[in-house]
Amino acid sequence: MQDHREIEQKVVQIIAEQLDKDPTQIRMESRFIEDLGADSLDVMQIVMNLEEAFGIQISEEDTEKIRTVGDAVQFIAQYMSRSASA
Amino acid sequence: MGLLEGKHGLVLGVANKWSIAWAIARAAAEQGARLMITYQNERFQKQVQSLADTLPDARTAPCDVADEAQLEALRQTVQATIGHLDFIVHSIAYAHKDDLEGPFYPVPKDRFMATLDISAYSLVAVVRTLLPLMEGRSGSVLTMTYIGSERVMPNYNVMGIAKAALEAIVRYLAHDLGPSGIRVNAISAGPIKTLAASGIGDFSRILEIYQTRSPLRRNVTQEDVARAAVFLLSDMASAITGTVLYVDAGFHIMGV
Repeated sequence: MQDHREIEQKVVQIIAEQLDKDPTQIRMESRFIEDLGADSLDVMQIVMNLEEAFGIQISEEDTEKIRTVGDAVQFIAQYMSRSASA
Repeated sequence: MGLLEGKHGLVLGVANKWSIAWAIARAAAEQGARLMITYQNERFQKQVQSLADTLPDARTAPCDVADEAQLEALRQTVQATIGHLDFIVHSIAYAHKDDLEGPFYPVPKDRFMATLDISAYSLVAVVRTLLPLMEGRSGSVLTMTYIGSERVMPNYNVMGIAKAALEAIVRYLAHDLGPSGIRVNAISAGPIKTLAASGIGDFSRILEIYQTRSPLRRNVTQEDVARAAVFLLSDMASAITGTVLYVDAGFHIMGV
């Protein structure tokens, strides 16, 4: 299982690639739309890339709740600890 | 020798690596086709170009199918580059996100018309404009549909109406173009998580239903669709036209 820091790095890398940004510009509290300038298509592509990278499913409901980079990291960490204990 | 060796094809509808159109483009290229791949606008240019770069001999061009001037420009670009066309893949649809959940009937007229325009009429416009490049060849035209055209799939709504129109267009085009040796078909694919599908309400639940209820007890992948697409585009399907081929793990035969 990946630790929190590894998840963070991978999430930041995926977001940086999608939004053409330097990873150092991306903070845990950054909001996708307001702070990082993502549009709804960017958000969907980030979600699909996260699903692929971590082998997880992010439902439409969950997607709506993920507003910041930290939200995404937290969601993934929780998802992975759930499936690890299951 | 590949099934599409020596054939030239146009693929409309690649947005990203999850696009059904991209899986078809990749499979067609593997079978020897030379491709022109379009992207809707600058928003998608970079990502579509980087996908096309992974194929041996694929070009890209912009094309917003709602704009007839862009279609005409595309015809000129195709003519100037790969010359003629043996097949066209149309994998394009649009609906406003608000119209893809809840009841169907609140859809306002402008959004209803826009959905029909992009998702159904565009096939007519594409074929009419590109037809001169297909003449004298045994061409194949392929579009993508969904069973929401025939049965009620909650949340699919106005897109189901557009797909019904699209399937009727396939039949009328097949009749019109048959004498010229051009075949026109559709694939009715099971649900696949793509950028477009992400706008459909409750999509994950639909995937679960196919997983548990379809005869093959699984969902279909972009690659499943691409294999059927290569067949319909190839001379293997030489007497098949005007048809809708289900690539849905058998879901369409089920009552409950």
